Amino acid sequence: MNVEVPELQAIADRIVAQAKPGEQIEAYVGRGGETSIRVYEGELEHFVSAQSDGVGIRVIRDGRTGTAYAGTLDADAIAEVLAEARDNVQFGTPDDFAGLATPDGVEPVPQKFWDDELANYATEKKVDLTKDLERRALAADSRVRSESSNYDDGWGETAFATTTGIRTSGRANSCYVSVVTLADDGDETQTGFGFSVGDSPKDFDLDKAAKDAAERATRLLGATKPTTKRTTIVLDPYVTSQFISVLSSAFNGENVSKGRSIFAERLGEQVAVPFFTLVDDPTNKLAYTATDIDGEGLAARRNVLIKDGVLQMFVHSSYSARRMKTSSTGNATRGGFAGSPGVGCLAMQVTPGAKSQAELIAEIGDGVLIQEVSGLHSGVNPISGDFSTGASGMTIVNGAVGAPIREFTIGSTLQRMLQDIAAVGNDVDWLPMRAAGLSLVINDVTISGS
Amino acid sequence: MSNVQSMLVEPDVLSRVLARGRSTGAEFSEVFVEDKRSTSAGLDDGKIEQVSSGRDRGAGIRVVKGDTTGFAHTSDLSEKGLLAAAEAAAAAASRGGGGVNSVTLGAVTRHPVNTVEKWPDEVTKREKVAILQRVDVAARAVHKAIVQVSAGYGDSRKRILIANSDGVLATDEQVRTLLRVSAVASGDGGMQTGFQSLGHTIGFEVFDQNDVEELARAAAQQAVTKLSARPAPSGSLPVVIKHGSGGVLFHEACGHGLEADIISKGASVYKDKRGELVASPLVTLIDDGTMTAEWGAIGVDDEGHPSQRNVLIQDGVLTDYMWDYLRARKEGRRQSGNGRRQSYQHLPMVRMTNTFVLNGPHDPDAIVRDTKNGVYVAKLGGGQVDTASGDFVFGMTEAYLIENGEITEPLRDGNLIGNGPQVLRDIDLLGNDFAMGNPGTCGKDGQGVPVGDGQPTLRVKSLTIGGTAA
Repeated sequence: MNVEVPELQAIADRIVAQAKPGEQIEAYVGRGGETSIRVYEGELEHFVSAQSDGVGIRVIRDGRTGTAYAGTLDADAIAEVLAEARDNVQFGTPDDFAGLATPDGVEPVPQKFWDDELANYATEKKVDLTKDLERRALAADSRVRSESSNYDDGWGETAFATTTGIRTSGRANSCYVSVVTLADDGDETQTGFGFSVGDSPKDFDLDKAAKDAAERATRLLGATKPTTKRTTIVLDPYVTSQFISVLSSAFNGENVSKGRSIFAERLGEQVAVPFFTLVDDPTNKLAYTATDIDGEGLAARRNVLIKDGVLQMFVHSSYSARRMKTSSTGNATRGGFAGSPGVGCLAMQVTPGAKSQAELIAEIGDGVLIQEVSGLHSGVNPISGDFSTGASGMTIVNGAVGAPIREFTIGSTLQRMLQDIAAVGNDVDWLPMRAAGLSLVINDVTISGS
Repeated sequence: MSNVQSMLVEPDVLSRVLARGRSTGAEFSEVFVEDKRSTSAGLDDGKIEQVSSGRDRGAGIRVVKGDTTGFAHTSDLSEKGLLAAAEAAAAAASRGGGGVNSVTLGAVTRHPVNTVEKWPDEVTKREKVAILQRVDVAARAVHKAIVQVSAGYGDSRKRILIANSDGVLATDEQVRTLLRVSAVASGDGGMQTGFQSLGHTIGFEVFDQNDVEELARAAAQQAVTKLSARPAPSGSLPVVIKHGSGGVLFHEACGHGLEADIISKGASVYKDKRGELVASPLVTLIDDGTMTAEWGAIGVDDEGHPSQRNVLIQDGVLTDYMWDYLRARKEGRRQSGNGRRQSYQHLPMVRMTNTFVLNGPHDPDAIVRDTKNGVYVAKLGGGQVDTASGDFVFGMTEAYLIENGEITEPLRDGNLIGNGPQVLRDIDLLGNDFAMGNPGTCGKDGQGVPVGDGQPTLRVKSLTIGGTAA
């Protein structure tokens, strides 16, 4: 957050200045806006233009925590939020580890989060490019029809202050386009999607988004259900990104300290194959979720989670760090002014290997290419490690991509999958998710079908 | 609570705001006003970690011109703030035109879905927190293998007001109270989890009517039982689903595919299927927003239409879809009370309320006895569907093997996958022991709304189970 927002900072500072002796106060003030455009069959379906603001306050006294928020910056409402947070304090259980973060001397890595061109981009041009994206998707394949073409942008300004001496403010904006397509073959209909993100609309690759959407919708037409078997799978970068995101809770220091991680007690152990290295690096500007500060106002930083297969560390907020007698790793997370800080990985990336997806497929001979998964929230248990998701993709036969398959599941455990990784691809894709994607080959996974 | 004194915005102001919304020639304008207060409390690791209070207050203004919807929202409920949002929405819906109009408002009668005895703001926070402490004690007492318990309490009191240029003026007051419990058990084979929740559209009296300790023990027992669980089978088997364990099966297998916005874009396997047999003749599927105190119950929907009971599938035949204002207008028919939104910051769309299957003829015990080998699912997790292909998954968080007509060993967690129309046809036994399931949050297009579901014990003659055992 390299651009300061004095107006919001002043609000946060005023809240914190009201702290009474023995009281810690944290104020998080936010303001933002969004544009959301949806086009269907060449016509504008909806246009949303909206702004919102709010404040969240956390009060800690005698080891007890209370919080409150309101979706407004009205002065009376802010006074009410502070009073509510203070009132809530008395109902918490005293916790020796409760408290705010304190400045730790780590300087944030400067990054660019604001784009003037996006901020000044004309509304008509946003509508036009949304229509253009839909036309390109329809032109990419004659079997394709439209479900929707979308443009979304947002901007946000935040300010943060604590009685422990943290003060920071900044602003950010971003935009993306997406298109959802349908393809029919007789009674069968399949769905596809494509997207593109950028600092401003000039960065969009509309052709790629259109082509992806058309290809995803059409490639599954005529797909069959595979038979049940154990096989080698290749995860497409888009799927690997989701797989790595699910794994992130195992590195969460709060989960570890409360006995809810498959990695608890395993520091220094070989938890994955020796050629697997995983870092969390929000200072990498290529990452979609790159940030300069974490949810408690400390500098975000590069952390190596698994090096050469060996578990190196857990990630921490100031609270989880105190619980485990260590220091914050700058991994506090926060869901806006209404949320309280949690712990999490911010921008994960698997260190790439040397080979392309085509080379990996040629090497494994027979298996399955997994292009989409569903039900990650219902079929993966990050505490027990059980892993089961719905999937669709392509067979791999004699080292080449074969026929489409759908309506099957892939099953294993998170622990086993990390030990069964056979190869890591070189095809890094900085997807708009919490983890970058690349192709990953995993042995001995159960495919459940007919 | 729908008297004029308690209106969130005065009717004459609403009329002027609606007129401003149509000032660029739009046919329709709408104001949705919301004032919501919420309290939540979390317990983890034996401690009340924090109590939190929230206030969300604002208005969303929707303007429809031709096929285009313009939308803007504001947290400023003054006339000035509302007029500014109305202008923004009108401009969004239109690039030209113009016109002057006036709007006369008439009150809509809400469907009385419940009476609240103990309003959330009349119960002390100390009483709310005490519920969590009871949960912690009861769950930990189940077994020494229970190593961690977390619990969450939440309540909200939401007043809404909807006025539109067709003259609708509706209000509702929606109260929700929720308790959820997670337990972790640890054994030789690693850790396992258990989860239970309880939620109703009533106040704190929900804890007089339900046994908190029993809920906690059930979550803990689920985790302990799974310590000895074996990997779930992989492949296709008959699946028996326990009554009230989650009609999420129907929510995913066909509910979303019966939403008129998805139908209108030809993105559902159920398009053009009205009047056709789409399910086993045993199946009658209802969506009912009037269902007293259930999690998806509402007095009016978020477009001001009174909630109602809608028959979606009757004896296996598809009778109707679910409708909101926009899609009903296009078809020249009445909406069905299914226009819902997450908050004033969101556009309404077609959503389910309480979706459930009515009782069938079979004895639930006989359904298990008649199943030689299969899987018994006692608790379902969430799910996900691709409405166009009909392929859907849902998770099982408590399941057992059925061997020779008897429930035997517990199974580890996993997903099941099926194709909606196929699964509906494959329901070959339907019990007579209907029960509603747990409170759910349904996600669609980035918005979450509270929904309920329910079903009697039933059997699907073949579903694909995503385990790892051969």
